[in-house]
Amino acid sequence: MRQWATRYVAGVRNAAVDFDAASSEPLHPAARDVLLAALDRGYADPRRLHGRARDARLLLDNAREVVAEALHVRRDEVSFTSSGTDAVHRGLLGLASARAPRGRSRVVHSAVEHSAVLHAASWWGSGTVVGVDSLGRVYDGDLVEQSIGGDVAVTALQSANHEVGTVQDVGAFELPDGVPLFMDACASMGRLPLPEHGWSAAAGSAHKWGGPAGVGVLLVRQAARWEQPFPHDDRADARSTGFENVPAALAAAAALQAVVAEREDTNARHVALVDRVRRAASDLPDTEVVGDPVRRLPHLVTFSCLYVNGEALVTELDRRGFGVASGSACTASTLEPSHVLAAMGALTHGNVRVSLGRDATQAQVEEFCRVLPEVVAGLRA
Amino acid sequence: MIELDCRGQLCPLPIIELARRYTEAEVGDLVGVVATDAAARYDVPAWCRMRGQEYVGEDLADDGTPRYLVRRTS
Repeated sequence: MRQWATRYVAGVRNAAVDFDAASSEPLHPAARDVLLAALDRGYADPRRLHGRARDARLLLDNAREVVAEALHVRRDEVSFTSSGTDAVHRGLLGLASARAPRGRSRVVHSAVEHSAVLHAASWWGSGTVVGVDSLGRVYDGDLVEQSIGGDVAVTALQSANHEVGTVQDVGAFELPDGVPLFMDACASMGRLPLPEHGWSAAAGSAHKWGGPAGVGVLLVRQAARWEQPFPHDDRADARSTGFENVPAALAAAAALQAVVAEREDTNARHVALVDRVRRAASDLPDTEVVGDPVRRLPHLVTFSCLYVNGEALVTELDRRGFGVASGSACTASTLEPSHVLAAMGALTHGNVRVSLGRDATQAQVEEFCRVLPEVVAGLRA
Repeated sequence: MIELDCRGQLCPLPIIELARRYTEAEVGDLVGVVATDAAARYDVPAWCRMRGQEYVGEDLADDGTPRYLVRRTS
Protein backbone atom coordinates (compact mmCIF):
# COMPACT_ATOMS: atom_id res chain seq x y z
CA MET A 1 0.00 0.00 0.00
CA ARG A 2 2.79 2.37 0.98
CA GLN A 3 4.45 1.53 -2.35
CA TRP A 4 1.36 2.58 -4.32
CA ALA A 5 1.08 5.84 -2.45
CA THR A 6 4.71 6.63 -3.18
CA ARG A 7 4.21 5.93 -6.85
CA TYR A 8 1.11 8.11 -7.16
CA VAL A 9 2.73 11.21 -5.69
CA ALA A 10 6.13 10.72 -7.34
CA GLY A 11 7.27 13.86 -9.10
CA VAL A 12 5.08 16.12 -6.97
CA ARG A 13 7.05 19.04 -5.64
CA ASN A 14 5.53 21.86 -3.64
CA ALA A 15 6.74 25.39 -3.20
CA ALA A 16 8.37 25.63 0.20
CA VAL A 17 5.90 28.27 1.39
CA ASP A 18 2.31 28.17 0.15
CA PHE A 19 0.92 31.72 0.04
CA ASP A 20 -2.07 30.67 -2.06
CA ALA A 21 -4.52 29.68 0.68
CA ALA A 22 -7.36 31.51 -1.09
CA SER A 23 -7.13 28.91 -3.87
CA SER A 24 -7.01 25.99 -1.46
CA GLU A 25 -5.94 25.37 2.13
CA PRO A 26 -4.23 22.17 3.25
CA LEU A 27 -6.48 19.84 5.19
CA HIS A 28 -7.01 21.03 8.78
CA PRO A 29 -5.69 18.51 11.33
CA ALA A 30 -9.19 18.28 12.83
CA ALA A 31 -10.56 17.35 9.40
CA ARG A 32 -7.89 14.73 8.78
CA ASP A 33 -8.71 12.77 11.95
CA VAL A 34 -12.44 12.90 11.28
CA LEU A 35 -12.00 11.96 7.64
CA LEU A 36 -9.96 8.89 8.44
CA ALA A 37 -12.46 7.71 11.04
CA ALA A 38 -15.45 8.44 8.78
CA LEU A 39 -14.02 6.69 5.72
CA ASP A 40 -14.72 3.36 7.39
CA ARG A 41 -17.97 4.36 9.11
CA GLY A 42 -19.66 6.53 6.49
CA TYR A 43 -19.42 4.68 3.18
CA ALA A 44 -22.95 3.25 3.07
CA ASP A 45 -26.06 4.72 1.45
CA PRO A 46 -27.62 7.10 3.99
CA ARG A 47 -31.09 6.46 2.56
CA ARG A 48 -31.14 2.77 3.45
CA LEU A 49 -32.54 1.39 6.67
CA HIS A 50 -29.90 -1.09 7.81
CA GLY A 51 -27.23 -0.49 10.43
CA ARG A 52 -24.34 0.67 8.24
CA ALA A 53 -26.69 2.95 6.31
CA ARG A 54 -27.99 4.44 9.56
CA ASP A 55 -24.37 5.09 10.54
CA ALA A 56 -23.81 7.02 7.31
CA ARG A 57 -27.06 8.94 7.82
CA LEU A 58 -26.08 9.80 11.38
CA LEU A 59 -22.69 11.11 10.24
CA LEU A 60 -24.32 13.20 7.51
CA ASP A 61 -26.81 14.64 9.99
CA ASN A 62 -23.96 15.39 12.37
CA ALA A 63 -22.09 17.19 9.63
CA ARG A 64 -25.14 19.32 8.87
CA GLU A 65 -25.62 20.10 12.56
CA VAL A 66 -21.99 21.16 13.03
CA VAL A 67 -22.03 23.41 9.96
CA ALA A 68 -25.33 25.00 11.06
CA GLU A 69 -23.90 25.74 14.48
CA ALA A 70 -20.63 27.15 13.10
CA LEU A 71 -22.47 29.45 10.70
CA HIS A 72 -25.37 30.38 13.02
CA VAL A 73 -28.01 29.08 10.64
CA ARG A 74 -30.73 26.43 11.00
CA ARG A 75 -29.87 22.80 10.35
CA ASP A 76 -32.54 22.51 7.64
CA GLU A 77 -30.95 25.46 5.83
CA VAL A 78 -27.73 23.50 5.17
CA SER A 79 -27.07 21.26 2.16
CA PHE A 80 -23.84 19.62 1.06
CA THR A 81 -23.00 19.84 -2.63
CA SER A 82 -20.24 18.38 -4.78
CA SER A 83 -18.20 21.62 -4.81
CA GLY A 84 -18.33 25.34 -4.08
CA THR A 85 -19.14 25.95 -7.74
CA ASP A 86 -22.02 23.49 -7.52
CA ALA A 87 -23.30 25.30 -4.43
CA VAL A 88 -23.09 28.63 -6.28
CA HIS A 89 -24.99 27.26 -9.26
CA ARG A 90 -27.68 25.64 -7.10
CA GLY A 91 -28.05 28.66 -4.83
CA LEU A 92 -28.26 31.26 -7.57
CA LEU A 93 -30.29 29.26 -10.07
CA GLY A 94 -32.57 27.70 -7.44
CA LEU A 95 -33.65 31.17 -6.29
CA ALA A 96 -34.09 32.25 -9.91
CA SER A 97 -36.09 29.13 -10.84
CA ALA A 98 -38.54 29.78 -8.03
CA ARG A 99 -39.40 33.20 -9.48
CA ALA A 100 -39.47 32.78 -13.24
CA PRO A 101 -38.74 30.30 -16.00
CA ARG A 102 -35.26 30.27 -17.47
CA GLY A 103 -34.84 32.70 -20.36
CA ARG A 104 -37.69 34.95 -19.20
CA SER A 105 -35.91 36.94 -16.53
CA ARG A 106 -32.58 38.57 -15.64
CA VAL A 107 -29.82 37.82 -13.18
CA VAL A 108 -28.26 40.99 -11.74
CA HIS A 109 -24.73 40.64 -10.40
CA SER A 110 -21.70 42.73 -9.52
CA ALA A 111 -18.85 43.01 -11.99
CA VAL A 112 -16.45 41.32 -9.54
CA GLU A 113 -18.34 38.07 -8.86
CA HIS A 114 -16.49 34.77 -9.15
CA SER A 115 -16.62 33.19 -12.60
CA ALA A 116 -18.98 30.51 -11.19
CA VAL A 117 -21.61 33.25 -10.77
CA LEU A 118 -20.89 34.76 -14.19
CA HIS A 119 -21.21 31.38 -15.91
CA ALA A 120 -24.43 30.58 -14.04
CA ALA A 121 -25.88 33.97 -15.03
CA SER A 122 -24.99 33.46 -18.68
CA TRP A 123 -26.43 29.93 -18.60
CA TRP A 124 -29.65 31.39 -17.19
CA GLY A 125 -29.88 33.72 -20.16
CA SER A 126 -29.54 37.37 -19.53
CA GLY A 127 -27.42 39.13 -16.96
CA THR A 128 -27.07 42.73 -15.86
CA VAL A 129 -23.67 43.77 -14.53
CA VAL A 130 -23.38 46.29 -11.70
CA GLY A 131 -20.07 48.17 -11.65
CA VAL A 132 -17.75 48.69 -8.70
CA ASP A 133 -15.50 51.55 -7.56
CA SER A 134 -11.70 51.45 -7.58
CA LEU A 135 -11.68 49.56 -4.26
CA GLY A 136 -14.03 46.92 -5.65
CA ARG A 137 -17.09 48.05 -3.69
CA VAL A 138 -20.65 47.90 -4.98
CA TYR A 139 -22.90 50.79 -4.00
CA ASP A 140 -26.33 49.78 -2.83
CA GLY A 141 -27.98 52.45 -5.00
CA ASP A 142 -26.57 50.81 -8.13
CA LEU A 143 -27.45 47.29 -7.08
CA VAL A 144 -30.96 48.24 -5.98
CA GLU A 145 -31.63 50.34 -9.09
CA GLN A 146 -30.58 47.54 -11.44
CA SER A 147 -32.83 45.13 -9.56
CA ILE A 148 -35.96 47.19 -10.29
CA GLY A 149 -38.19 46.27 -13.21
CA GLY A 150 -40.12 43.18 -12.28
CA ASP A 151 -38.12 40.96 -14.64
CA VAL A 152 -35.27 40.29 -12.23
CA ALA A 153 -35.11 36.68 -11.03
CA VAL A 154 -32.24 37.05 -8.57
CA THR A 155 -29.46 39.44 -7.64
CA ALA A 156 -26.01 38.09 -6.78
CA LEU A 157 -23.45 39.75 -4.54
CA GLN A 158 -20.41 38.11 -2.99
CA SER A 159 -19.66 38.46 0.72
CA ALA A 160 -16.04 39.24 -0.10
CA ASN A 161 -13.91 39.20 -3.21
CA HIS A 162 -11.73 36.18 -3.84
CA GLU A 163 -9.03 38.13 -5.69
CA VAL A 164 -8.69 41.45 -3.90
CA GLY A 165 -10.34 40.76 -0.52
CA THR A 166 -12.83 43.63 -0.54
CA VAL A 167 -15.81 42.90 1.74
CA GLN A 168 -19.25 43.86 0.45
CA ASP A 169 -21.93 45.30 2.69
CA VAL A 170 -24.43 42.51 2.00
CA GLY A 171 -26.67 43.17 5.01
CA ALA A 172 -27.21 46.78 3.92
CA PHE A 173 -28.95 46.03 0.61
CA GLU A 174 -32.74 46.14 0.47
CA LEU A 175 -33.80 44.86 -2.93
CA PRO A 176 -37.12 45.93 -4.48
CA ASP A 177 -40.08 43.73 -5.45
CA GLY A 178 -39.02 40.82 -3.26
CA VAL A 179 -35.97 40.10 -5.46
CA PRO A 180 -33.90 37.54 -3.53
CA LEU A 181 -30.17 38.06 -2.99
CA PHE A 182 -27.77 35.22 -3.59
CA MET A 183 -24.50 35.57 -1.70
CA ASP A 184 -21.36 33.79 -2.88
CA ALA A 185 -19.57 33.42 0.46
CA CYS A 186 -16.84 31.06 -0.78
CA ALA A 187 -14.03 33.54 -0.12
CA SER A 188 -15.06 34.36 3.45
CA MET A 189 -16.90 31.35 4.89
CA GLY A 190 -15.22 30.25 8.10
CA ARG A 191 -12.94 33.28 8.20
CA LEU A 192 -15.65 35.90 8.77
CA PRO A 193 -19.15 35.57 10.25
CA LEU A 194 -21.91 35.51 7.65
CA PRO A 195 -24.02 38.67 7.44
CA GLU A 196 -27.00 38.05 9.71
CA HIS A 197 -29.58 39.10 7.14
CA GLY A 198 -29.97 40.43 3.63
CA TRP A 199 -29.48 37.16 1.74
CA SER A 200 -31.77 34.29 0.73
CA ALA A 201 -29.18 31.70 -0.28
CA ALA A 202 -25.41 31.43 0.06
CA ALA A 203 -22.57 29.18 -1.02
CA GLY A 204 -19.28 28.06 0.52
CA SER A 205 -16.40 25.80 -0.48
CA ALA A 206 -14.78 23.47 2.04
CA HIS A 207 -11.28 23.32 0.59
CA LYS A 208 -10.98 27.07 1.12
CA TRP A 209 -11.27 26.64 4.90
CA GLY A 210 -9.20 23.48 5.28
CA GLY A 211 -11.83 20.87 4.52
CA PRO A 212 -11.44 18.41 1.67
CA ALA A 213 -12.04 19.44 -1.95
CA GLY A 214 -15.28 18.24 -3.50
CA VAL A 215 -17.53 19.55 -0.71
CA GLY A 216 -19.60 22.68 -1.09
CA VAL A 217 -22.08 24.12 1.37
CA LEU A 218 -25.37 25.52 0.11
CA LEU A 219 -27.44 27.57 2.54
CA VAL A 220 -31.05 28.37 1.73
CA ARG A 221 -32.93 30.50 4.25
CA GLN A 222 -36.05 29.00 5.65
CA ALA A 223 -38.24 31.82 4.33
CA ALA A 224 -36.66 31.78 0.85
CA ARG A 225 -38.35 30.31 -2.20
CA TRP A 226 -36.03 27.84 -3.90
CA GLU A 227 -36.69 25.31 -6.65
CA GLN A 228 -34.42 22.59 -7.99
CA PRO A 229 -32.91 24.13 -11.16
CA PHE A 230 -31.43 20.85 -12.39
CA PRO A 231 -32.78 17.31 -12.83
CA HIS A 232 -34.17 15.95 -9.57
CA ASP A 233 -32.67 13.07 -7.65
CA ASP A 234 -34.07 10.93 -4.89
CA ARG A 235 -31.46 11.60 -2.23
CA ALA A 236 -31.85 12.42 1.43
CA ASP A 237 -31.57 16.15 0.69
CA ALA A 238 -33.79 17.45 -2.14
CA ARG A 239 -31.48 20.40 -2.83
CA SER A 240 -28.48 18.32 -3.87
CA THR A 241 -28.15 15.43 -6.27
CA GLY A 242 -25.85 12.44 -6.46
CA PHE A 243 -24.55 10.09 -3.82
CA GLU A 244 -23.42 12.00 -0.73
CA ASN A 245 -19.72 11.99 0.15
CA VAL A 246 -20.45 11.51 3.83
CA PRO A 247 -16.85 11.24 5.13
CA ALA A 248 -15.80 14.39 3.24
CA ALA A 249 -18.88 16.32 4.41
CA LEU A 250 -18.12 15.40 8.02
CA ALA A 251 -14.46 16.34 7.62
CA ALA A 252 -15.50 19.67 6.06
CA ALA A 253 -17.77 20.30 9.03
CA ALA A 254 -15.01 19.46 11.52
CA ALA A 255 -12.60 21.82 9.75
CA LEU A 256 -15.18 24.59 9.72
CA GLN A 257 -15.88 24.18 13.42
CA ALA A 258 -12.14 24.32 14.18
CA VAL A 259 -11.50 27.30 11.92
CA VAL A 260 -14.39 29.26 13.43
CA ALA A 261 -13.16 28.46 16.94
CA GLU A 262 -9.64 29.64 16.06
CA ARG A 263 -10.50 32.58 13.85
CA GLU A 264 -10.21 35.43 16.32
CA ASP A 265 -6.59 34.48 16.87
CA THR A 266 -5.90 33.51 13.23
CA ASN A 267 -7.45 36.67 11.82
CA ALA A 268 -5.54 38.96 14.19
CA ARG A 269 -2.29 37.30 13.12
CA HIS A 270 -3.20 37.42 9.44
CA VAL A 271 -4.24 41.07 9.52
CA ALA A 272 -0.84 42.02 10.96
CA LEU A 273 1.09 39.83 8.49
CA VAL A 274 -0.92 41.08 5.52
CA ASP A 275 -0.31 44.67 6.65
CA ARG A 276 3.39 43.87 6.52
CA VAL A 277 3.09 42.62 2.91
CA ARG A 278 0.94 45.63 1.99
CA ARG A 279 3.67 47.97 3.27
CA ALA A 280 6.40 46.06 1.41
CA ALA A 281 4.41 46.16 -1.83
CA SER A 282 3.54 49.86 -1.40
CA ASP A 283 7.24 50.63 -0.97
CA LEU A 284 8.04 49.17 -4.40
CA PRO A 285 8.28 51.77 -7.15
CA ASP A 286 5.36 51.87 -9.63
CA THR A 287 3.35 49.33 -7.67
CA GLU A 288 -0.20 49.60 -6.43
CA VAL A 289 -1.92 47.57 -3.75
CA VAL A 290 -5.42 46.68 -4.92
CA GLY A 291 -8.64 46.38 -2.90
CA ASP A 292 -10.23 47.94 0.17
CA PRO A 293 -7.51 48.60 2.76
CA VAL A 294 -9.89 48.38 5.73
CA ARG A 295 -13.01 46.36 4.96
CA ARG A 296 -11.21 43.31 3.60
CA LEU A 297 -10.54 39.64 4.13
CA PRO A 298 -7.91 39.21 6.84
CA HIS A 299 -5.62 36.81 5.00
CA LEU A 300 -5.32 38.19 1.50
CA VAL A 301 -3.56 41.01 -0.36
CA THR A 302 -3.20 41.75 -4.07
CA PHE A 303 -0.82 44.13 -5.78
CA SER A 304 0.27 44.94 -9.34
CA CYS A 305 3.72 46.01 -10.51
CA LEU A 306 4.04 48.16 -13.62
CA TYR A 307 6.23 46.80 -16.44
CA VAL A 308 6.45 43.29 -14.95
CA ASN A 309 5.19 40.11 -16.59
CA GLY A 310 2.80 38.35 -14.19
CA GLU A 311 3.79 34.86 -15.25
CA ALA A 312 7.48 35.65 -14.82
CA LEU A 313 6.74 37.10 -11.37
CA VAL A 314 4.87 33.99 -10.22
CA THR A 315 7.57 31.72 -11.66
CA GLU A 316 10.42 33.63 -10.06
CA LEU A 317 8.69 33.79 -6.66
CA ASP A 318 8.11 30.04 -6.93
CA ARG A 319 11.80 29.55 -7.68
CA ARG A 320 12.55 31.56 -4.51
CA GLY A 321 10.23 29.27 -2.56
CA PHE A 322 6.91 31.15 -2.51
CA GLY A 323 3.72 29.89 -4.13
CA VAL A 324 1.37 32.75 -5.08
CA ALA A 325 -1.53 33.35 -7.50
CA SER A 326 -1.93 36.03 -10.16
CA GLY A 327 -4.78 37.69 -12.05
CA SER A 328 -2.59 38.69 -14.99
CA ALA A 329 -3.67 37.56 -18.45
CA CYS A 330 -0.49 35.60 -19.11
CA THR A 331 -1.20 33.38 -16.08
CA ALA A 332 -4.80 32.58 -17.12
CA SER A 333 -5.87 29.69 -19.31
CA THR A 334 -8.00 32.14 -21.30
CA LEU A 335 -5.18 34.70 -21.74
CA GLU A 336 -7.73 37.28 -20.59
CA PRO A 337 -6.81 39.46 -17.62
CA SER A 338 -8.78 39.13 -14.39
CA HIS A 339 -12.27 40.57 -14.84
CA VAL A 340 -12.09 41.70 -11.21
CA LEU A 341 -8.99 43.84 -11.71
CA ALA A 342 -10.41 45.14 -15.01
CA ALA A 343 -13.72 46.16 -13.39
CA MET A 344 -11.83 48.06 -10.66
CA GLY A 345 -9.67 49.89 -13.20
CA ALA A 346 -6.62 48.31 -11.56
CA LEU A 347 -3.45 47.43 -13.40
CA THR A 348 -3.83 43.84 -14.61
CA HIS A 349 -0.25 42.96 -15.48
CA GLY A 350 2.45 42.18 -12.94
CA ASN A 351 -0.28 41.04 -10.55
CA VAL A 352 0.30 38.92 -7.47
CA ARG A 353 -2.19 37.65 -4.90
CA VAL A 354 -0.72 36.60 -1.57
CA SER A 355 -3.11 34.67 0.68
CA LEU A 356 -2.08 33.23 4.01
CA GLY A 357 -3.08 29.91 5.50
CA ARG A 358 -3.35 29.22 9.22
CA ASP A 359 0.30 28.09 9.44
CA ALA A 360 1.83 31.19 7.84
CA THR A 361 4.56 32.58 10.06
CA GLN A 362 6.10 35.99 10.64
CA ALA A 363 9.46 34.62 9.47
CA GLN A 364 8.00 33.47 6.15
CA VAL A 365 6.35 36.82 5.57
CA GLU A 366 9.54 38.71 6.47
CA GLU A 367 11.50 36.56 4.02
CA PHE A 368 8.89 37.21 1.32
CA CYS A 369 9.12 40.96 1.93
CA ARG A 370 12.92 40.74 1.70
CA VAL A 371 12.87 38.79 -1.56
CA LEU A 372 10.06 40.71 -3.30
CA PRO A 373 11.95 43.93 -4.18
CA GLU A 374 14.86 41.93 -5.61
CA VAL A 375 12.53 39.80 -7.72
CA VAL A 376 10.59 42.79 -9.09
CA ALA A 377 13.74 44.80 -9.79
CA GLY A 378 15.33 41.77 -11.47
CA LEU A 379 12.36 41.31 -13.81
CA ARG A 380 12.24 45.01 -14.69
CA ALA A 381 15.95 45.15 -15.52
CA MET B 1 -0.07 61.92 -33.04
CA ILE B 2 2.61 59.36 -32.37
CA GLU B 3 1.37 55.85 -33.04
CA LEU B 4 3.06 52.91 -31.33
CA ASP B 5 2.70 49.61 -33.17
CA CYS B 6 2.31 47.02 -30.42
CA ARG B 7 0.41 44.47 -32.52
CA GLY B 8 1.21 40.92 -31.45
CA GLN B 9 2.90 42.00 -28.22
CA LEU B 10 1.69 40.48 -24.95
CA CYS B 11 1.37 42.33 -21.65
CA PRO B 12 3.30 44.14 -20.30
CA LEU B 13 5.19 44.91 -23.52
CA PRO B 14 2.72 47.50 -24.91
CA ILE B 15 2.87 49.39 -21.61
CA ILE B 16 6.66 49.23 -21.50
CA GLU B 17 6.71 50.62 -25.04
CA LEU B 18 4.29 53.39 -24.03
CA ALA B 19 6.40 54.33 -21.01
CA ARG B 20 9.58 54.33 -23.08
CA ARG B 21 8.27 56.43 -25.97
CA TYR B 22 5.44 58.72 -24.80
CA THR B 23 7.93 61.56 -24.33
CA GLU B 24 8.38 61.61 -28.10
CA ALA B 25 5.04 63.45 -28.14
CA GLU B 26 4.95 67.13 -27.12
CA VAL B 27 3.10 67.94 -23.91
CA GLY B 28 -0.56 68.21 -24.89
CA ASP B 29 -0.22 65.87 -27.87
CA LEU B 30 -1.59 62.37 -28.31
CA VAL B 31 0.08 58.98 -28.26
CA GLY B 32 -1.83 56.05 -29.80
CA VAL B 33 -1.05 52.56 -28.56
CA VAL B 34 -2.14 50.05 -31.22
CA ALA B 35 -2.37 46.72 -29.45
CA THR B 36 -3.95 43.32 -29.98
CA ASP B 37 -3.30 42.27 -26.37
CA ALA B 38 -6.53 42.03 -24.32
CA ALA B 39 -4.89 43.51 -21.23
CA ALA B 40 -3.98 46.79 -22.97
CA ARG B 41 -7.62 47.92 -22.76
CA TYR B 42 -7.29 48.05 -18.96
CA ASP B 43 -3.59 48.63 -18.53
CA VAL B 44 -3.23 51.75 -20.70
CA PRO B 45 -5.80 53.65 -18.56
CA ALA B 46 -4.22 52.21 -15.38
CA TRP B 47 -0.78 53.36 -16.53
CA CYS B 48 -2.14 56.86 -17.19
CA ARG B 49 -3.62 57.00 -13.69
CA MET B 50 -0.40 55.78 -12.06
CA ARG B 51 1.89 58.01 -14.14
CA GLY B 52 -0.29 61.13 -14.09
CA GLN B 53 -1.06 61.15 -17.82
CA GLU B 54 -4.50 61.55 -19.41
CA TYR B 55 -6.35 58.59 -20.90
CA VAL B 56 -8.48 59.90 -23.77
CA GLY B 57 -10.23 56.74 -25.00
CA GLU B 58 -10.20 53.97 -27.53
CA ASP B 59 -10.67 53.98 -31.29
CA LEU B 60 -9.50 51.80 -34.17
CA ALA B 61 -6.33 51.87 -36.21
CA ASP B 62 -6.60 51.70 -40.03
CA ASP B 63 -6.62 47.89 -39.98
CA GLY B 64 -9.29 47.72 -37.28
CA THR B 65 -6.90 46.96 -34.41
CA PRO B 66 -7.86 48.71 -31.14
CA ARG B 67 -5.93 51.93 -30.55
CA TYR B 68 -5.71 53.40 -27.03
CA LEU B 69 -5.19 57.15 -26.91
CA VAL B 70 -3.11 58.92 -24.28
CA ARG B 71 -2.55 62.67 -23.96
CA ARG B 72 0.85 63.59 -22.60
CA THR B 73 0.23 66.07 -19.79
CA SER B 74 3.72 66.39 -18.36
